[in-house]
Amino acid sequence: MSAAHDLLTDSAERLFGTLCDQAVGAAAEAGVWPEALWRAVEAAGFTEALVPEECGGSGIGAAEACGALAVAGQFAAPIPLAETMLARRFLARAGLPPIAGPLTVAPVDRRDAVTLERAGAVWRLGGRVRRVPWARQAAALVLVTTHDGEAMLVALAVPAERIVAGRNLAGEPRDDVTLDGLIVAENVAPAPGGCTRDDLLAAGAALRAQQIAGAAASVLAMTLRYAGERVQFGRPIGKFQAVQHNIAMLAGETASAAAAADMAAAAFEKLDPLAIAAAKLRAGEAASRVAALAHQVHGAIGFTREFALQNATRRLWSWREEFGKEAHWAERLGRAAVAAGGDGLWAMITAAG
Amino acid sequence: MSQLTFAPPVPAPEAEALRAEVRAFLAAELPPVSAPDRLRLGGRDPAFSRKVAARGWIGMTWPKRYGGRERSALERYVVQEEMLAAGAPVAAHWVADRQSGPNILRNGSEAQKNFFLPRIAAGECSFCIGMSEPDSGSDLAAARTRAAPVQGGFLVNGRKIWTSNAHCADYMILFCRTGEKSEDRHAGASQFIVDLRTPGITVRPIIDLAGLHHFNEVIFEDMFLPEESLLGGLGDGWRQVSGELAFERSGPERFLSSFRLMVELTAALGAEPSERAAMALGRLVAHVMTLRRLSRSVAGMLQAGREPAVEAALVKDLGTSFEQEVVEIARTLIEDEPAPGSADALAAVLAHLVQHAPSFSIRGGTREILRGIIARGLGLR
Ligand SMILES: Cc1cc2nc3c(=O)[nH]c(=O)nc-3n(C[C@H](O)[C@H](O)[C@H](O)COP(=O)(O)OP(=O)(O)OC[C@H]3O[C@@H](n4cnc5c(N)ncnc54)[C@H](O)[C@@H]3O)c2cc1C
Repeated sequence: MSAAHDLLTDSAERLFGTLCDQAVGAAAEAGVWPEALWRAVEAAGFTEALVPEECGGSGIGAAEACGALAVAGQFAAPIPLAETMLARRFLARAGLPPIAGPLTVAPVDRRDAVTLERAGAVWRLGGRVRRVPWARQAAALVLVTTHDGEAMLVALAVPAERIVAGRNLAGEPRDDVTLDGLIVAENVAPAPGGCTRDDLLAAGAALRAQQIAGAAASVLAMTLRYAGERVQFGRPIGKFQAVQHNIAMLAGETASAAAAADMAAAAFEKLDPLAIAAAKLRAGEAASRVAALAHQVHGAIGFTREFALQNATRRLWSWREEFGKEAHWAERLGRAAVAAGGDGLWAMITAAG
Repeated sequence: MSQLTFAPPVPAPEAEALRAEVRAFLAAELPPVSAPDRLRLGGRDPAFSRKVAARGWIGMTWPKRYGGRERSALERYVVQEEMLAAGAPVAAHWVADRQSGPNILRNGSEAQKNFFLPRIAAGECSFCIGMSEPDSGSDLAAARTRAAPVQGGFLVNGRKIWTSNAHCADYMILFCRTGEKSEDRHAGASQFIVDLRTPGITVRPIIDLAGLHHFNEVIFEDMFLPEESLLGGLGDGWRQVSGELAFERSGPERFLSSFRLMVELTAALGAEPSERAAMALGRLVAHVMTLRRLSRSVAGMLQAGREPAVEAALVKDLGTSFEQEVVEIARTLIEDEPAPGSADALAAVLAHLVQHAPSFSIRGGTREILRGIIARGLGLR
């Protein structure tokens, strides 16, 4: 790991460790925007971390940005950091002016399509996008669409009446946005390479893998702590072999999620779809197993809203769904494998990973 | 509380250059895919091992003065994984390269290093592992085979079991008791390098459930070992054997030795598999890719001079579980039954693996023992 990576990760740990406790999470879930946390995250430069250097970014690098995002995942930060990072990157790459505040991106559901038509001097949008993260609190939505077969980016502030609020399992905003007939006069540009619809899905998947890895690490830490503290039959439950084996499996899944996240981070600049497919799939699978094993070790207390475990496990259950669930990426990877053929399979694996 | 961390594999351009060389070598030297030995995975072919040695790929990380090439652990990793992925017949040199040689390099006398290491590196000297006994499996410290001090050396009596390749290897590294039983269960054990032609040894084949002969029972009756066959310190056996097991568990074989199955499965699914089959295959590929990263991370730890015993146990546990799953998934994706000796490569390789999968999570430390090691590494015991 580079020194830059450690530095950014350290400062992320300090920042989220100080400003992102369970009360912030609970308030956010009740609809309170975590302004202090968001300001600190902006001030630390995390939201700009994926803006390429040649587009005026700080040149932090994808690996470092991914490290900070994993820490945000570890602390269950209830903010659209991944989304803003992506939106800023896409805006900068397309040469569109920067937009202040929290941002979000769409479409994130691969079934949704947005249309963009000329209407004289302005543009008219069409379609509906589902489950847009934090749409109601975002200063702007960065949309990926096409016009005349060409990939286009559009940035717009969405009028409140176009938004139907929804949420994911962790209570984070996931809103449906109706675009039909919305007129945009500015902030429309051809999408450069790496900013197409497929790219958005892949980039989002790569970032969700980081968040999953971070949340999994915090689940392992909580579980180890609890297994050392909770006493039954006169000894800490962590002394029972059955419990130890569950935690050993949990550690294996946590390590797998981290390795998958690293694979996605390494593939981020080129958005290598195979590495990202493998990463999101494996991280998603780890998310399921980590949550199940941790809840087993925690007994009833882990099943309460009061105990912190749910902050992480409800996010794991949500994030595995987003930007393509396991089945989506599995099929893509499987089709790539048969295209490589039996004799080409190994070369495909070593090249991607 | 300690969490295990696996740093991303370090980029190693020299290792990637080597990969191309290994692939070219394998393309030229491997028997055709349909050869039954290759489908049996990791067959034994001393002539092939000597060719690998001639390329400098056995003992390749060892000092040059012992016949090594002083290359990095990451380069060695590339050679290992390419051999496994291709199903190369590596059994004649694998154990010596992986654990016996490193054990000798670390603990052996100068004379032992000078004698054995160059021979191993030349592919001329193979080893087997004499650890398990009838009453001492997971509980290795319960070993009863005993080397009693006598004039000029030791007299050994006892039995080893499940010894892979004892019937064809040149030497065994024997783990046995040399001291009295004491409070400390790990005290009083030592390791010896045993020439398998020594009088007093009987090797009896044990046939596995599939009908193959690879492991054996090895009986020692008043076998005399000269003093210089002691490996390392008298009474240091437990420490040495633990280090050896860390080497044994650290490689990619526990998730790549069945890679031929994925190759044959991919070929059999054809260009237009069903959605279900594509998803199942894609999932397996994702697992291999992730395991490879973890495993290369362990190689990086070895390269950095660390002893990643816990990390290796974790990757082995994940790897064996995966390998057992591959077999079960593959059989649900094809119409044909597994068929031993079939001309159909997939049916044949599946037949082999269905019957051998149970051993994956037993040999080299059972799943339960590995999970205990991981739990200890996490501070739970
Ligand atoms: C194909 C193959 C090749 C092998 N080659 C070699 C070789 O070359 N050299 C060699 O020395 N050995 C070899 N072995 C032996 C191997 O190392 C042992 O089988 C292994 O260590 C387990 O010992 P065991 O079979 O006696 O099982 P046991 O130790 O009797 O275990 C039986 C079951 O009990 C469980 N168990 C035991 N103790 C505990 C515990 N404390 N907590 C929880 N569960 C426990 C085990 O996990 C297992 O499920 C080979 C084995 C196989 C299958």
